[in-house]
Amino acid sequence: MAKLKRSPWLLHYDGSSCNGCDIEVLACLTPVYDIERFGAVNTGNPLHADILLITGGINSQNQAVVQQIYSQMPAPKVVVAVGACACTGGIFKECYNIRGGVDTTIPVDIYVPGCAARPESIIDGVVQAVELFQKKHEEFMRRHREEKHHHDGK
Amino acid sequence: MAKQSIVPFGPQHPVLPEPIHLDLVLEDETVVKAVPSIGYVHRGLERLVEKKDYQEFVYVAERICGICSFMHGMGYCEAVEHVMRIDVPERAKYLRTIWCEMSRLHSHLLWLGLLADAFGFESLFMQSWRMREKILDMFEISTGGRVIFSVNRIGGVLKDIPPDMMRDFLSRLSDMEKDLRRLTQTFLTDYTVNTRLRDVGFLTKEDAISLGAVGPMLRASGVAYDLRTTGNYAAYGNLDVQPVTSNIGDSYARCQVRIGELFQSMDLIRQAAGKIPEGPLAAPVKGNPNGEFFMRCEQPRGEAIYYVRANGTKFLDRMRVRTPTFANIPAMLQTLKGSQLADVPLLILTIDPCISCTER
Repeated sequence: MAKLKRSPWLLHYDGSSCNGCDIEVLACLTPVYDIERFGAVNTGNPLHADILLITGGINSQNQAVVQQIYSQMPAPKVVVAVGACACTGGIFKECYNIRGGVDTTIPVDIYVPGCAARPESIIDGVVQAVELFQKKHEEFMRRHREEKHHHDGK
Repeated sequence: MAKQSIVPFGPQHPVLPEPIHLDLVLEDETVVKAVPSIGYVHRGLERLVEKKDYQEFVYVAERICGICSFMHGMGYCEAVEHVMRIDVPERAKYLRTIWCEMSRLHSHLLWLGLLADAFGFESLFMQSWRMREKILDMFEISTGGRVIFSVNRIGGVLKDIPPDMMRDFLSRLSDMEKDLRRLTQTFLTDYTVNTRLRDVGFLTKEDAISLGAVGPMLRASGVAYDLRTTGNYAAYGNLDVQPVTSNIGDSYARCQVRIGELFQSMDLIRQAAGKIPEGPLAAPVKGNPNGEFFMRCEQPRGEAIYYVRANGTKFLDRMRVRTPTFANIPAMLQTLKGSQLADVPLLILTIDPCISCTER
């Protein structure tokens, strides 16, 4: 955490959660927890976002929406599954309309447990996501330079 | 006639914490029709009664919605208790009332914050949520959870609020009340807030009744209908409850009614704390339920109905919830008609939508 070079922007989407984790994600943005001190800003636009926070599991109606939001985000991107439902399907796993956790549809990098996930653990997840994002970004830029070099060499 | 165009709104939208989709039919900037499509949060949890027994299902019922989780748990428990003819101890009824009113406080503060965010008043949003954290602290002290509490069980409650904790809560509430008066004064008198809320999204008394609106939406259109006054559940029969109403019927009135209910809830907690008797927390539960019952209760968003049908085994035949947001959607569509596109996010918020309740 000592040297954070970037300010990744967050996007929150409610998969099929009960709202419990959603209001805790929002609570993280407000004065008592204030996630913005880690340089993360909440945005509503997938095209601006670097880190995707998803609460709730995947059902047949929202699967396409989640895929679309994920594909709209620019690379590199980090996905955080917040709460038991987003991790595995949780208490609703046996429901007929639930396909399982978020990782059934898009790749998930960080799992935040809890029902509902507590703000402290959400912040922990986001801080890990910020670090991972930094790594992914360096890797992305290195590959980009290599490709450019390769291209110019020809 | 001006050319019509359709603007899709949602399911992922900056103003919506939860997904709902509307197709807005516009003539220039004016909305002529709004067509909702829902189902993004549908889980199908009512059918979990086939897989979880009636005691386990309390925890599923709590997770119908994370905002009114306590009331959902309580509504389901009271329905089963009526089927099984269990006499719930008085102390448990009072504790349920106190937690219900604390839920209403946190829900209305949450809504005030989201409303402020919808019209771009960021600091008011932050202040409302800062106040809300004080209620959540009280929840955490008394139940251990911030949004999902799991303190209800069939027959009563699992945790107690001892007298010294109650005294602490009452002093916290009176500290809060001063801050809250200042905060709500901004909502009621500030010029910017008034310009955004006044004369926007009218719902007449006749429309509110014929479209089946519930809760603050109905009371803001001048109908004094509040299930707490019937006193049929928890300890409301022993408390003095007067419905908070307004005759204006616009977005400002809905804000006004909810602010009135904040202070009403504080008053009800004080009343309940003064009358709470000593005694056990839960009655013993024997056997399996057999029969059916309709349970109605007043949630922050309005009237919720729980239907339970049991067949004598430990698995229920059917459990059904009619949630307040579902009842308010027709009224919301009515207020959207003729509104400006820029006001749509605000109008959707004035019904205090809770999509995860609606779709379950």
